[in-house]
Amino acid sequence: MTADLLSQPETTRRRVIEFFLGGGLLASFASFIYPVLRYLVPPAVVDLGGDEIVAAKLNELKPNSGKIFRFGSRPGLLILNSDGTYRALSATCTHLGCTVQYRPDLREIWCACHNGTYDLNGRNVSGPPPRPLTVFDVHQRGDEIVVSRKREA
Amino acid sequence: MFAPLIRWLDERIHLDDLIAPFKHKTVPRHRLSYWYFFGGITFFLFIIQVLTGILLLLYYRPGANEAFESVQYIMTRVQFGWLIRSIHAWSANLMIFTAFVHMFSVLFLKAYRKPRELTWVTGVILLVLVMGFGFSGYLLPWNTLAFFATKVGTEIAGQVPIIGRPMMIFLRGGEEVTGATLSRFFGFHVAVLPGLAVVLIAIHLFLVQRQGMSVPPKVEAEWIANPSARREMKFFPNFLLREMMAWYVAMGVLGALAAIFPWNLGVKADPFVSAPAGIKPEWYFLFMFQTLKMIPSKVWIVDGEVLGVLGCSLAGLLWLLLPFFESDKASRAKVWITGLSIFALVYVIGMSVYGYVAK
Repeated sequence: MTADLLSQPETTRRRVIEFFLGGGLLASFASFIYPVLRYLVPPAVVDLGGDEIVAAKLNELKPNSGKIFRFGSRPGLLILNSDGTYRALSATCTHLGCTVQYRPDLREIWCACHNGTYDLNGRNVSGPPPRPLTVFDVHQRGDEIVVSRKREA
Repeated sequence: MFAPLIRWLDERIHLDDLIAPFKHKTVPRHRLSYWYFFGGITFFLFIIQVLTGILLLLYYRPGANEAFESVQYIMTRVQFGWLIRSIHAWSANLMIFTAFVHMFSVLFLKAYRKPRELTWVTGVILLVLVMGFGFSGYLLPWNTLAFFATKVGTEIAGQVPIIGRPMMIFLRGGEEVTGATLSRFFGFHVAVLPGLAVVLIAIHLFLVQRQGMSVPPKVEAEWIANPSARREMKFFPNFLLREMMAWYVAMGVLGALAAIFPWNLGVKADPFVSAPAGIKPEWYFLFMFQTLKMIPSKVWIVDGEVLGVLGCSLAGLLWLLLPFFESDKASRAKVWITGLSIFALVYVIGMSVYGYVAK
């Protein structure tokens, strides 16, 4: 009985020491891990693409054909329809991010990875794609075909 | 919290049997016990090297046109990149230093004698590997100092008769130090050397585990004369806890050095620029560098360089085989080996200091 009574403050002291020692160790380990976690995050890449780009020259594309162009760090798809009108869309498939292509035989936009198709307005019409492709504005400036992001309404 | 998990594992793989050797293992306790920590600290720094090395690999790009820029990117753009690189560089230097301390302590405490010859041999090979890590890693940032250090270092290898030149071309990946050299050194540094080092460390540690800690002959003699003076501590948890404290202190020293004295990057290497004045190798090569510098260009009919390189190689080989010259009876420890050890220590320190202050 006396031993129990005597050991009471001992255990409390021990708990206090354990708390500070363990807490200190944990805090120092956190200070080792924190820089590593920050290091793992890649620095943001500056997108030098801007909002507008020359996607093609005037007579570059044959009617009923498409071309992949670089829009910032992402690919875009420029299509010249048989009637001579241009159309530009994001070329990144909304399913799993493959780059789509224009299929002259189907007159549709097709993704080779999982057989998804979009119509010329970018609407997802068959296969796995969940959302339509983003459509860009196209206009002609001199002999250049200029593609720009649609202004947010 | 972990008790059920441990019980679950124990039922299946019999953890008890696995940790039994560690429970029986003891570490001799005497006035020289603290020297036992240096091997462990070297091992700890090696682990730090592996971890920070993997982190650096996330952003580093080998190649003469990219290497310098990628290290610059790590140091200026990546968050805490400067710290990770600084820790890698400082830990490398500290690791070589503690490896040397460990080697000389083993030498003076006579721990290399029978039955521990193989532990010594693997240890000396590991020291060579560690210096190989230092030499190959030094080139990777592709700065001026590293470029010339590599040029000189591989040129020295080329001095060895007969096999020297093919060896130099193998190391350089061509006649000159170029991007091809950088690719090779990168491969050595991140694949070949780590693979070899891990195997050798495993053997080295297995031998230490199998044979237990050596007791210095003097202490052993005292203990035989007075058996009640014999002291031991359990490896687990007593010694391990002390070892962990030593590692923790090493981590603190390393972190402080890396943060207060961040490692420089220098200037990008240019093969068509003269070597800067006062250029010197890293401190751990200084004693060899100074030796080579002091040998005259012609000794009798032999080229000084050739003589120096052959002399250093021979000394290295004898060093590797040192335990085999020693008698295994404690009473007949050969005095000349102790003398040689003292000479080697004085020579290495003396030549390093001389090399550091010499113009």
